[in-house]
Amino acid sequence: MQVNHSYWQLFKAVYSKDVTLAFRQRAEIVNPILFFLIVITLFPLAIGPEPGLLARMAPGIIWVAALLSTMLGLDKLFRDDYHDGSLEQMIASPYPLSLCVLAKVFAHWTITGLPMVLMAPMFALLMNLESQALGATILTLLIGTPLLSFIGAIGAGLTVGLQKGGILMSLLVLPLYIPVLIFATSAIDTSSMSLAYGGQLAILGAMLAVACIAAPLAISSALRVSVS
Amino acid sequence: MVDYRPILRTENTNLLEVKSVTCVKQERCLFEALSFTLGSGKIMQIEGPNGAGKTSLLRILSGFAQPEEGEVLFEQRSINDYYDEFAAELLFIGHKTGVNTQLTAFENVCHWLRVHGYNDESQVYDLLGKLGLVGLEDVPVRTLSAGQQRRVALVRLWLNSAKLWILDEPFTALDKKGVAMLQSRFNEHLEQGGSILLTTHQDLTQHFEQLQTLVLEYRH
Repeated sequence: MQVNHSYWQLFKAVYSKDVTLAFRQRAEIVNPILFFLIVITLFPLAIGPEPGLLARMAPGIIWVAALLSTMLGLDKLFRDDYHDGSLEQMIASPYPLSLCVLAKVFAHWTITGLPMVLMAPMFALLMNLESQALGATILTLLIGTPLLSFIGAIGAGLTVGLQKGGILMSLLVLPLYIPVLIFATSAIDTSSMSLAYGGQLAILGAMLAVACIAAPLAISSALRVSVS
Repeated sequence: MVDYRPILRTENTNLLEVKSVTCVKQERCLFEALSFTLGSGKIMQIEGPNGAGKTSLLRILSGFAQPEEGEVLFEQRSINDYYDEFAAELLFIGHKTGVNTQLTAFENVCHWLRVHGYNDESQVYDLLGKLGLVGLEDVPVRTLSAGQQRRVALVRLWLNSAKLWILDEPFTALDKKGVAMLQSRFNEHLEQGGSILLTTHQDLTQHFEQLQTLVLEYRH
Protein backbone atom coordinates (compact mmCIF):
# COMPACT_ATOMS: atom_id res chain seq x y z
CA MET A 1 0.00 0.00 0.00
CA GLN A 2 1.25 3.40 -0.91
CA VAL A 3 1.46 5.86 1.94
CA ASN A 4 0.86 9.45 1.11
CA HIS A 5 0.59 11.77 4.05
CA SER A 6 -1.49 14.80 3.53
CA TYR A 7 -2.84 16.83 6.42
CA TRP A 8 -5.56 18.23 4.23
CA GLN A 9 -6.74 14.74 3.28
CA LEU A 10 -6.91 13.79 6.94
CA PHE A 11 -8.79 16.95 7.87
CA LYS A 12 -11.26 16.35 5.06
CA ALA A 13 -11.75 12.69 6.01
CA VAL A 14 -12.46 13.34 9.68
CA TYR A 15 -14.59 16.41 8.98
CA SER A 16 -16.71 14.75 6.31
CA LYS A 17 -17.26 11.65 8.45
CA ASP A 18 -18.70 13.72 11.31
CA VAL A 19 -20.83 15.87 9.04
CA THR A 20 -22.12 12.81 7.13
CA LEU A 21 -23.02 11.12 10.41
CA ALA A 22 -24.84 14.23 11.60
CA PHE A 23 -26.88 14.33 8.41
CA ARG A 24 -27.78 10.64 8.80
CA GLN A 25 -28.99 11.27 12.34
CA ARG A 26 -30.96 14.42 11.66
CA ALA A 27 -31.87 14.94 15.32
CA GLU A 28 -28.28 15.87 15.98
CA ILE A 29 -28.53 18.90 13.73
CA VAL A 30 -32.09 19.82 14.56
CA ASN A 31 -31.80 19.48 18.35
CA PRO A 32 -29.45 22.36 19.20
CA ILE A 33 -31.07 24.77 16.78
CA LEU A 34 -34.54 23.81 17.95
CA PHE A 35 -33.46 24.31 21.55
CA PHE A 36 -32.09 27.72 20.63
CA LEU A 37 -35.35 28.63 18.91
CA ILE A 38 -37.53 27.38 21.78
CA VAL A 39 -35.61 29.33 24.42
CA ILE A 40 -35.81 32.51 22.39
CA THR A 41 -39.51 32.19 21.63
CA LEU A 42 -40.34 31.35 25.25
CA PHE A 43 -38.70 34.44 26.70
CA PRO A 44 -41.14 37.00 25.27
CA LEU A 45 -44.00 34.83 26.50
CA ALA A 46 -42.55 34.60 29.99
CA ILE A 47 -41.42 38.17 30.60
CA GLY A 48 -44.03 39.94 28.51
CA PRO A 49 -43.84 41.30 25.00
CA GLU A 50 -42.77 44.82 25.88
CA PRO A 51 -40.42 45.78 23.00
CA GLY A 52 -38.03 47.92 25.03
CA LEU A 53 -37.54 45.29 27.70
CA LEU A 54 -36.99 42.53 25.13
CA ALA A 55 -34.47 44.59 23.20
CA ARG A 56 -32.63 45.34 26.43
CA MET A 57 -32.44 41.65 27.34
CA ALA A 58 -31.86 40.29 23.84
CA PRO A 59 -28.03 40.08 23.80
CA GLY A 60 -27.99 38.15 27.06
CA ILE A 61 -30.77 35.79 26.05
CA ILE A 62 -29.35 35.07 22.61
CA TRP A 63 -25.94 34.37 24.02
CA VAL A 64 -27.05 32.25 26.96
CA ALA A 65 -29.19 30.21 24.55
CA ALA A 66 -26.25 29.85 22.13
CA LEU A 67 -24.02 28.74 24.96
CA LEU A 68 -26.42 26.12 26.26
CA SER A 69 -27.31 24.74 22.85
CA THR A 70 -23.61 24.38 22.00
CA MET A 71 -23.28 22.24 25.09
CA LEU A 72 -26.10 19.95 23.94
CA GLY A 73 -24.02 18.36 21.22
CA LEU A 74 -20.73 18.39 23.10
CA ASP A 75 -21.42 15.30 25.13
CA LYS A 76 -21.66 13.30 21.91
CA LEU A 77 -18.59 14.84 20.30
CA PHE A 78 -16.15 12.07 21.21
CA ARG A 79 -18.52 9.55 22.81
CA ASP A 80 -19.27 7.36 19.78
CA ASP A 81 -15.65 7.38 18.69
CA TYR A 82 -14.62 6.41 22.19
CA HIS A 83 -17.07 3.53 22.40
CA ASP A 84 -16.54 2.04 18.94
CA GLY A 85 -12.74 2.31 19.08
CA SER A 86 -12.37 4.96 16.37
CA LEU A 87 -10.55 7.14 18.88
CA GLU A 88 -7.87 4.48 19.33
CA GLN A 89 -7.55 4.24 15.56
CA MET A 90 -7.10 8.00 15.38
CA ILE A 91 -4.41 7.88 18.06
CA ALA A 92 -2.68 5.02 16.27
CA SER A 93 -2.57 6.93 13.01
CA PRO A 94 0.65 8.49 11.79
CA TYR A 95 -0.98 11.90 11.84
CA PRO A 96 -1.00 14.17 14.88
CA LEU A 97 -4.11 13.58 16.97
CA SER A 98 -4.52 17.33 17.39
CA LEU A 99 -5.28 17.65 13.69
CA CYS A 100 -8.03 15.00 13.84
CA VAL A 101 -9.40 16.84 16.85
CA LEU A 102 -9.33 20.18 15.02
CA ALA A 103 -11.37 18.63 12.22
CA LYS A 104 -13.86 17.18 14.69
CA VAL A 105 -14.29 20.49 16.51
CA PHE A 106 -14.75 22.26 13.19
CA ALA A 107 -17.41 19.70 12.23
CA HIS A 108 -19.15 20.24 15.57
CA TRP A 109 -19.18 23.97 14.89
CA THR A 110 -20.59 23.44 11.39
CA ILE A 111 -23.42 21.41 12.84
CA THR A 112 -24.29 23.49 15.91
CA GLY A 113 -22.63 26.91 15.63
CA LEU A 114 -23.04 27.77 11.98
CA PRO A 115 -26.85 27.33 11.88
CA MET A 116 -27.09 29.69 14.86
CA VAL A 117 -25.03 32.31 13.02
CA LEU A 118 -27.19 31.92 9.93
CA MET A 119 -30.41 32.20 11.89
CA ALA A 120 -29.23 35.13 13.99
CA PRO A 121 -31.19 37.74 11.97
CA MET A 122 -34.41 35.88 12.70
CA PHE A 123 -33.65 35.69 16.41
CA ALA A 124 -32.75 39.35 16.49
CA LEU A 125 -36.13 40.10 14.97
CA LEU A 126 -37.93 37.88 17.49
CA MET A 127 -36.23 39.73 20.33
CA ASN A 128 -36.87 43.14 18.80
CA LEU A 129 -33.16 43.91 18.72
CA GLU A 130 -32.25 47.27 17.19
CA SER A 131 -31.18 46.95 13.59
CA GLN A 132 -27.76 48.48 14.29
CA ALA A 133 -27.09 45.68 16.77
CA LEU A 134 -27.77 42.96 14.20
CA GLY A 135 -24.28 43.16 12.71
CA ALA A 136 -22.71 42.83 16.13
CA THR A 137 -24.93 39.83 16.97
CA ILE A 138 -23.90 38.00 13.82
CA LEU A 139 -20.23 38.87 14.24
CA THR A 140 -20.05 37.87 17.90
CA LEU A 141 -21.80 34.58 17.12
CA LEU A 142 -19.46 34.00 14.19
CA ILE A 143 -16.35 34.50 16.32
CA GLY A 144 -17.79 33.24 19.59
CA THR A 145 -19.46 29.95 18.66
CA PRO A 146 -16.24 28.29 17.36
CA LEU A 147 -14.65 29.42 20.60
CA LEU A 148 -17.43 27.70 22.53
CA SER A 149 -16.85 24.51 20.52
CA PHE A 150 -13.12 24.58 21.21
CA ILE A 151 -13.45 25.18 24.94
CA GLY A 152 -16.27 22.68 25.26
CA ALA A 153 -14.33 20.00 23.41
CA ILE A 154 -11.61 20.14 26.10
CA GLY A 155 -14.25 19.26 28.68
CA ALA A 156 -15.73 16.61 26.40
CA GLY A 157 -12.30 15.06 25.91
CA LEU A 158 -11.65 14.92 29.64
CA THR A 159 -14.99 13.37 30.52
CA VAL A 160 -15.53 11.01 27.56
CA GLY A 161 -14.40 7.97 29.54
CA LEU A 162 -16.76 8.60 32.43
CA GLN A 163 -20.15 6.97 32.79
CA LYS A 164 -22.08 10.15 33.48
CA GLY A 165 -19.67 12.76 32.34
CA GLY A 166 -22.29 15.27 31.20
CA ILE A 167 -22.72 17.11 34.49
CA LEU A 168 -19.02 17.15 35.23
CA MET A 169 -18.41 18.51 31.76
CA SER A 170 -20.85 21.38 32.32
CA LEU A 171 -19.12 22.21 35.60
CA LEU A 172 -15.73 22.20 33.91
CA VAL A 173 -16.73 24.13 30.84
CA LEU A 174 -19.26 26.74 31.98
CA PRO A 175 -16.79 28.86 34.01
CA LEU A 176 -14.55 29.00 30.94
CA TYR A 177 -17.48 30.18 28.82
CA ILE A 178 -18.05 33.23 31.03
CA PRO A 179 -15.40 35.49 29.44
CA VAL A 180 -16.87 34.73 26.00
CA LEU A 181 -20.35 35.55 27.27
CA ILE A 182 -19.22 38.82 28.84
CA PHE A 183 -17.37 40.15 25.81
CA ALA A 184 -19.97 38.99 23.30
CA THR A 185 -22.96 40.51 25.11
CA SER A 186 -20.99 43.65 25.82
CA ALA A 187 -20.24 44.00 22.10
CA ILE A 188 -23.94 43.70 21.21
CA ASP A 189 -24.92 46.15 23.98
CA THR A 190 -22.36 48.67 22.82
CA SER A 191 -23.46 48.38 19.22
CA SER A 192 -27.11 48.92 20.14
CA MET A 193 -26.00 52.26 21.62
CA SER A 194 -24.37 52.97 18.24
CA LEU A 195 -20.89 52.95 19.76
CA ALA A 196 -17.78 51.23 18.38
CA TYR A 197 -17.60 47.59 19.49
CA GLY A 198 -14.33 46.68 17.77
CA GLY A 199 -12.53 46.27 21.10
CA GLN A 200 -14.74 43.48 22.36
CA LEU A 201 -14.64 41.76 18.98
CA ALA A 202 -10.85 42.01 18.95
CA ILE A 203 -10.66 40.35 22.34
CA LEU A 204 -13.01 37.57 21.18
CA GLY A 205 -10.90 37.17 18.05
CA ALA A 206 -7.73 36.97 20.13
CA MET A 207 -9.33 34.30 22.31
CA LEU A 208 -10.34 32.35 19.21
CA ALA A 209 -6.80 32.59 17.80
CA VAL A 210 -5.34 31.23 21.02
CA ALA A 211 -8.01 28.51 21.20
CA CYS A 212 -7.34 27.43 17.59
CA ILE A 213 -3.75 26.67 18.48
CA ALA A 214 -3.87 25.65 22.12
CA ALA A 215 -7.22 23.84 22.36
CA PRO A 216 -6.47 21.00 19.88
CA LEU A 217 -3.32 20.18 21.86
CA ALA A 218 -5.24 20.27 25.15
CA ILE A 219 -8.07 18.17 23.70
CA SER A 220 -5.72 15.54 22.30
CA SER A 221 -3.92 15.25 25.64
CA ALA A 222 -7.28 14.93 27.37
CA LEU A 223 -8.32 12.19 24.93
CA ARG A 224 -5.09 10.27 25.44
CA VAL A 225 -5.72 10.34 29.19
CA SER A 226 -9.31 9.20 28.69
CA VAL A 227 -8.31 6.31 26.42
CA SER A 228 -5.51 4.99 28.65
CA MET B 1 16.97 15.24 19.45
CA VAL B 2 19.66 13.41 17.50
CA ASP B 3 18.56 10.27 15.77
CA TYR B 4 21.18 7.57 16.29
CA ARG B 5 19.25 4.90 14.46
CA PRO B 6 21.65 2.98 12.26
CA ILE B 7 20.80 3.11 8.59
CA LEU B 8 21.65 -0.50 7.87
CA ARG B 9 19.89 -3.06 9.95
CA THR B 10 20.48 -6.77 10.08
CA GLU B 11 17.74 -9.26 9.29
CA ASN B 12 17.33 -10.37 12.87
CA THR B 13 16.77 -7.02 14.41
CA ASN B 14 14.21 -7.05 17.14
CA LEU B 15 11.22 -5.14 15.91
CA LEU B 16 9.67 -4.79 19.32
CA GLU B 17 11.50 -4.92 22.60
CA VAL B 18 9.68 -4.93 25.91
CA LYS B 19 11.85 -4.04 28.87
CA SER B 20 10.69 -5.01 32.36
CA VAL B 21 7.18 -3.68 31.97
CA THR B 22 4.92 -3.63 35.00
CA CYS B 23 1.20 -3.00 34.88
CA VAL B 24 -0.93 -2.25 37.92
CA LYS B 25 -4.68 -1.89 37.65
CA GLN B 26 -7.04 -1.18 40.50
CA GLU B 27 -4.23 -1.92 42.96
CA ARG B 28 -3.77 -5.35 41.43
CA CYS B 29 -0.48 -6.10 39.76
CA LEU B 30 -1.32 -7.76 36.43
CA PHE B 31 2.26 -8.52 35.45
CA GLU B 32 5.59 -7.45 36.80
CA ALA B 33 8.95 -6.89 35.12
CA LEU B 34 7.78 -8.52 31.92
CA SER B 35 10.47 -8.58 29.24
CA PHE B 36 10.44 -10.12 25.79
CA THR B 37 11.41 -9.34 22.26
CA LEU B 38 9.64 -9.90 18.99
CA GLY B 39 11.71 -10.17 15.86
CA SER B 40 10.76 -9.50 12.25
CA GLY B 41 8.77 -12.31 10.72
CA LYS B 42 7.68 -13.62 14.10
CA ILE B 43 4.22 -14.18 15.49
CA MET B 44 3.52 -14.12 19.21
CA GLN B 45 0.39 -15.44 20.82
CA ILE B 46 -0.41 -14.12 24.27
CA GLU B 47 -2.35 -16.60 26.33
CA GLY B 48 -3.89 -16.44 29.74
CA PRO B 49 -7.20 -16.60 31.59
CA ASN B 50 -9.69 -13.72 31.63
CA GLY B 51 -8.37 -10.83 33.68
CA ALA B 52 -4.74 -11.87 33.32
CA GLY B 53 -3.90 -8.60 31.60
CA LYS B 54 -3.69 -9.59 27.94
CA THR B 55 -5.58 -6.58 26.68
CA SER B 56 -3.76 -4.29 29.11
CA LEU B 57 -0.47 -5.56 27.76
CA LEU B 58 -1.52 -4.97 24.16
CA ARG B 59 -2.67 -1.46 25.03
CA ILE B 60 0.70 -0.71 26.61
CA LEU B 61 2.52 -2.11 23.58
CA SER B 62 0.37 0.02 21.28
CA GLY B 63 1.14 3.12 23.31
CA PHE B 64 -2.44 3.79 24.42
CA ALA B 65 -1.65 3.15 28.07
CA GLN B 66 1.51 3.80 30.00
CA PRO B 67 3.13 1.03 32.03
CA GLU B 68 3.72 1.55 35.74
CA GLU B 69 7.40 0.84 35.09
CA GLY B 70 9.55 -0.19 32.18
CA GLU B 71 9.54 0.82 28.55
CA VAL B 72 8.67 -0.44 25.10
CA LEU B 73 11.09 -0.01 22.21
CA PHE B 74 10.19 -0.25 18.54
CA GLU B 75 13.24 -0.57 16.31
CA GLN B 76 15.39 0.43 19.28
CA ARG B 77 13.50 3.61 19.93
CA SER B 78 11.04 4.32 22.72
CA ILE B 79 7.52 4.29 21.32
CA ASN B 80 6.57 7.25 23.50
CA ASP B 81 9.31 9.49 22.16
CA TYR B 82 8.68 8.55 18.54
CA TYR B 83 4.99 7.82 18.62
CA ASP B 84 4.05 9.12 15.17
CA GLU B 85 6.80 7.06 13.49
CA PHE B 86 5.75 4.03 15.52
CA ALA B 87 2.10 4.58 14.63
CA ALA B 88 2.98 4.59 10.94
CA GLU B 89 4.28 1.02 11.35
CA LEU B 90 1.50 -0.18 13.64
CA LEU B 91 -1.81 -1.75 12.84
CA PHE B 92 -3.97 -2.13 15.93
CA ILE B 93 -7.33 -3.84 16.00
CA GLY B 94 -8.75 -4.11 19.48
CA HIS B 95 -11.94 -5.42 21.02
CA LYS B 96 -13.46 -2.18 19.91
CA THR B 97 -12.69 -2.31 16.25
CA GLY B 98 -13.19 1.31 15.28
CA VAL B 99 -16.02 0.52 12.88
CA ASN B 100 -18.81 3.06 12.96
CA THR B 101 -22.11 1.24 12.74
CA GLN B 102 -23.97 4.15 11.11
CA LEU B 103 -21.62 4.22 8.13
CA THR B 104 -21.48 1.59 5.42
CA ALA B 105 -18.70 -0.98 5.18
CA PHE B 106 -17.18 0.85 2.22
CA GLU B 107 -17.26 4.21 3.99
CA ASN B 108 -15.71 2.70 7.10
CA VAL B 109 -12.81 1.18 5.22
CA CYS B 110 -12.20 4.30 3.16
CA HIS B 111 -12.29 6.49 6.23
CA TRP B 112 -9.76 4.27 7.93
CA LEU B 113 -7.50 4.39 4.88
CA ARG B 114 -7.61 8.18 4.73
CA VAL B 115 -6.95 8.61 8.45
CA HIS B 116 -3.89 6.38 8.10
CA GLY B 117 -2.46 8.13 5.07
CA TYR B 118 -3.28 5.48 2.47
CA ASN B 119 -5.04 6.79 -0.56
CA ASP B 120 -5.54 3.85 -2.82
CA GLU B 121 -9.19 2.98 -2.52
CA SER B 122 -9.40 0.92 -5.69
CA GLN B 123 -9.11 -2.44 -3.94
CA VAL B 124 -11.68 -1.84 -1.24
CA TYR B 125 -14.67 -3.29 -3.10
CA ASP B 126 -12.70 -6.36 -4.23
CA LEU B 127 -11.45 -7.02 -0.73
CA LEU B 128 -14.85 -6.61 0.86
CA GLY B 129 -16.07 -9.15 -1.67
CA LYS B 130 -13.17 -11.47 -0.91
CA LEU B 131 -14.11 -11.34 2.76
CA GLY B 132 -17.64 -12.44 2.00
CA LEU B 133 -19.36 -9.08 2.08
CA VAL B 134 -20.57 -9.08 -1.52
CA GLY B 135 -23.65 -6.90 -1.84
CA LEU B 136 -23.25 -5.59 1.69
CA GLU B 137 -20.70 -2.91 0.91
CA ASP B 138 -23.21 -0.09 0.89
CA VAL B 139 -25.55 -0.91 3.74
CA PRO B 140 -25.02 0.54 7.22
CA VAL B 141 -22.77 -1.71 9.24
CA ARG B 142 -25.31 -1.87 12.09
CA THR B 143 -27.48 -4.13 9.92
CA LEU B 144 -24.67 -6.70 9.56
CA SER B 145 -24.03 -9.63 11.87
CA ALA B 146 -21.26 -9.53 14.49
CA GLY B 147 -18.98 -11.67 12.34
CA GLN B 148 -19.59 -9.53 9.28
CA GLN B 149 -18.90 -6.37 11.29
CA ARG B 150 -15.60 -7.85 12.39
CA ARG B 151 -14.75 -8.65 8.79
CA VAL B 152 -15.25 -4.98 7.93
CA ALA B 153 -12.55 -4.16 10.48
CA LEU B 154 -10.30 -7.00 9.36
CA VAL B 155 -10.22 -5.76 5.75
CA ARG B 156 -7.50 -3.43 7.05
CA LEU B 157 -5.14 -6.38 7.28
CA TRP B 158 -5.09 -6.46 3.47
CA LEU B 159 -4.77 -2.70 3.12
CA ASN B 160 -1.79 -1.60 5.12
CA SER B 161 1.97 -1.46 4.98
CA ALA B 162 2.54 -1.62 8.73
CA LYS B 163 5.30 -3.85 10.05
CA LEU B 164 3.71 -4.65 13.37
CA TRP B 165 0.19 -5.94 13.79
CA ILE B 166 -1.32 -5.95 17.25
CA LEU B 167 -4.60 -7.84 17.26
CA ASP B 168 -6.78 -8.36 20.29
CA GLU B 169 -8.96 -11.45 19.85
CA PRO B 170 -9.11 -11.18 16.04
CA PHE B 171 -11.06 -14.41 15.64
CA THR B 172 -14.01 -13.37 17.80
CA ALA B 173 -17.32 -13.99 16.00
CA LEU B 174 -15.57 -15.26 12.88
CA ASP B 175 -16.59 -18.53 11.24
CA LYS B 176 -14.09 -21.28 10.40
CA LYS B 177 -13.56 -20.03 6.88
CA GLY B 178 -12.89 -16.55 8.17
CA VAL B 179 -10.40 -17.84 10.71
CA ALA B 180 -8.56 -19.80 8.02
CA MET B 181 -8.50 -16.83 5.69
CA LEU B 182 -7.12 -14.62 8.43
CA GLN B 183 -4.38 -17.09 9.27
CA SER B 184 -3.25 -17.37 5.68
CA ARG B 185 -3.08 -13.59 5.62
CA PHE B 186 -0.94 -13.78 8.79
CA ASN B 187 1.41 -16.09 6.91
CA GLU B 188 1.76 -13.66 4.02
CA HIS B 189 2.55 -10.85 6.45
CA LEU B 190 5.17 -12.93 8.24
CA GLU B 191 6.77 -13.90 4.94
CA GLN B 192 7.09 -10.24 4.08
CA GLY B 193 9.03 -9.74 7.30
CA GLY B 194 6.20 -8.35 9.38
CA SER B 195 5.44 -9.29 12.95
CA ILE B 196 2.19 -10.10 14.70
CA LEU B 197 1.19 -9.97 18.34
CA LEU B 198 -2.18 -11.41 19.10
CA THR B 199 -4.34 -12.69 21.89
CA THR B 200 -6.76 -15.49 21.30
CA HIS B 201 -8.49 -18.10 23.37
CA GLN B 202 -8.67 -20.53 20.47
CA ASP B 203 -5.55 -22.32 19.38
CA LEU B 204 -4.31 -21.27 16.00
CA THR B 205 -5.52 -23.96 13.61
CA GLN B 206 -2.71 -23.36 11.18
CA HIS B 207 0.87 -24.21 12.02
CA PHE B 208 3.21 -21.26 12.29
CA GLU B 209 6.90 -22.08 12.45
CA GLN B 210 7.72 -18.72 13.88
CA LEU B 211 5.17 -18.93 16.68
CA GLN B 212 6.17 -17.77 20.12
CA THR B 213 3.82 -18.05 23.06
CA LEU B 214 3.64 -15.81 26.06
CA VAL B 215 1.54 -17.03 28.95
CA LEU B 216 0.21 -14.54 31.45
CA GLU B 217 -1.10 -15.94 34.69
CA TYR B 218 -3.91 -14.55 36.76
CA ARG B 219 -2.36 -12.93 39.81
CA HIS B 220 -4.25 -12.11 42.97
